[in-house]
Amino acid sequence: MSAPKGARAGERGPDRADLLAMLYTMKLTRALEERIERRLYRQGKIVGGVYVGRGQEAISVGAGMHIRRTGDPARDDVVFPSHRDMAVFLMQGIEPRRVLAQYMGRRTGPTRGRDGNMHMGDMTHRVVSFISHLGDTIPVAAGCALTFRMHGTDQVCFAFFGDGTTSRGDWHSGVNLAAVQRLPVVFICNNNQYAYSTPLARQMAVARVADRAVGYGIPGESVDGNDVLAVHDAVGRAVARARAGVGPTLVEGVTFRMTGHSAHDDAGYVPDATLEEWRGRDPIARFAGQLETRGLVDRAGLVELDRRIEQEIDTAVGGAESDPWPAPEECLEGVYHGTGGDAWR
Amino acid sequence: MALTTYVEAIRQGIWEEMERDERVFLLGEDIGIYGGAFKVTEGMLDRFGEMRVIDTPIAESAIVGAAIGAALMGMRPVAEMQFIDFISCAFDQITNFAAKNRYRWGAGVPIVIRGPAGGGVHGGPFHSQNPEMYYVHTPGLKVVTPATAYDAKGLIKAAIRDEDPVLYLEHKYLYRRIKEELPSEDYIVPIGRAAVRREGRDLTMLTYAAMLYPCLEAAEDLRREGHEVEVIDLRSLLPLDKDAILTSAKKTGKAMIVHEDTRTGGIAGEITAILNEEVFEYLDGPVLRVTAPDTPVPYSPPLEKFFLPDKDKILATARQLLAY
Repeated sequence: MSAPKGARAGERGPDRADLLAMLYTMKLTRALEERIERRLYRQGKIVGGVYVGRGQEAISVGAGMHIRRTGDPARDDVVFPSHRDMAVFLMQGIEPRRVLAQYMGRRTGPTRGRDGNMHMGDMTHRVVSFISHLGDTIPVAAGCALTFRMHGTDQVCFAFFGDGTTSRGDWHSGVNLAAVQRLPVVFICNNNQYAYSTPLARQMAVARVADRAVGYGIPGESVDGNDVLAVHDAVGRAVARARAGVGPTLVEGVTFRMTGHSAHDDAGYVPDATLEEWRGRDPIARFAGQLETRGLVDRAGLVELDRRIEQEIDTAVGGAESDPWPAPEECLEGVYHGTGGDAWR
Repeated sequence: MALTTYVEAIRQGIWEEMERDERVFLLGEDIGIYGGAFKVTEGMLDRFGEMRVIDTPIAESAIVGAAIGAALMGMRPVAEMQFIDFISCAFDQITNFAAKNRYRWGAGVPIVIRGPAGGGVHGGPFHSQNPEMYYVHTPGLKVVTPATAYDAKGLIKAAIRDEDPVLYLEHKYLYRRIKEELPSEDYIVPIGRAAVRREGRDLTMLTYAAMLYPCLEAAEDLRREGHEVEVIDLRSLLPLDKDAILTSAKKTGKAMIVHEDTRTGGIAGEITAILNEEVFEYLDGPVLRVTAPDTPVPYSPPLEKFFLPDKDKILATARQLLAY
């Protein structure tokens, strides 16, 4: 796939190529997750759980456009995706086949079958793995940013999380540390309004996640999370602050989780009317419509794009299915340095 | 030659590693301007500057999390827990993030988490704990417990150079009570190697940290009764030096374990199982243990004295075992 270019935004808006790359990445993300959740999972080909970000693609993509990717570890940004940020992995260059291999427990996935679903990390792609304990990556991102400051670079950490994560102590203490030390972190919340079955009102007493920022003395901005350009703008401002050494920013994209918590959850607790309302705000349809209006794409072009993406995924699925399982005794490798696990790096 | 205390040995070890390797930096509560609650980091802010000696908010999960993030970027952070009791606040970061990272996706986390452990100073339930076994039960971590000034320095240096997360538990009772002459040249004590502190052929005492000293005193008393006791200082609990344990047990045929940690789930149980599995036919008696009882660490002197193992308790158990 052609990953979007490393970003210049914050300085100016996305150009034509950027806009088309954004559309492509949003569509690829949606299609890949649909394939995983609605086909491969039901066919029993995914060995564990499935967590998707359907309806939230604009946040990962709008923010992800700002991640600096030059291939030079001394210049590149580092990302901490959440479990609903498939697009971020793809934009960092973790290919669909490796994502599928991860889901299928194959040796070729980023964790060689040691972990599943979105728990993918790969330092060569500057991606730090999410873990199930929500918010753990937030102080880790602060420590990563601390290193950038010690080295005097203008690198930035992109820390993604959901609304539910902001209830955890690690989230609080990580944001607070970053704020106190004025570290170059951009905190990006995909507020999808549900933490598993628990609605936002039972998660927090403030109206918006961005309101929490005032408690840390940092700026907080809430934007329409289904408007990829609004997310792009807001994150661009936050990245500019971070690169300038001013400190962290909390950006909230308000969106909606258009699925259950995971593939086994039918989300019967979400009112139908709410889902219907948000279906009308689909970020991909909306963005495609905007690009059509501006004459950047046409109907035929969109159909062709979808066809190309399906083909790309077919190839990736075929590849992942033919990928090897780990050898059973690999279970024992790599708990410590020099015990075999380093070999696959 | 000047004698160096245990606490000064730790300080020297960190200092030398910071001079040697600019990737090494410190973070923790009150470690900068104040020099640490026990003065382990005294003078370091002046020498190394605020980029490398970082006073943090009171949030152990953030301290350890930030150390992990810096380690992933190639740094060698040393995180201080003001009292090791507070390490529980960072339990999740240590056991789920740091310990599992290399196994999950190959990115090692070379961090050191250090702090004062142990009782004997009337610190009460929250300033006296021995939390080692929570972490010994976590694959991916290393846990070291120096008992001498030489080891305190050599093990902190080894821990800082290690590629994996190391918990370095310093015993606060020993901080200023023991001292010895240290070599002037650079040295490390390898992680995972026990030390024979006293040789003997009749009974093996396996111990670590502050309990080394009552064991040595008990061994001396027993010598006067005609028994030669071998005293092994484990030094590392994870990895455990199985060879040293098994070699000594095979030699003496009688083994007991002494630790300040509480009884149930203490390392004594694990060592007993290893002895059972590997050298059962060499043993002339049951493997016995002297430990703290299964209670929190109490504050008041008579209670704490009752709680802590001491020479008399060790002697009683040793005599019981020698009678087989």
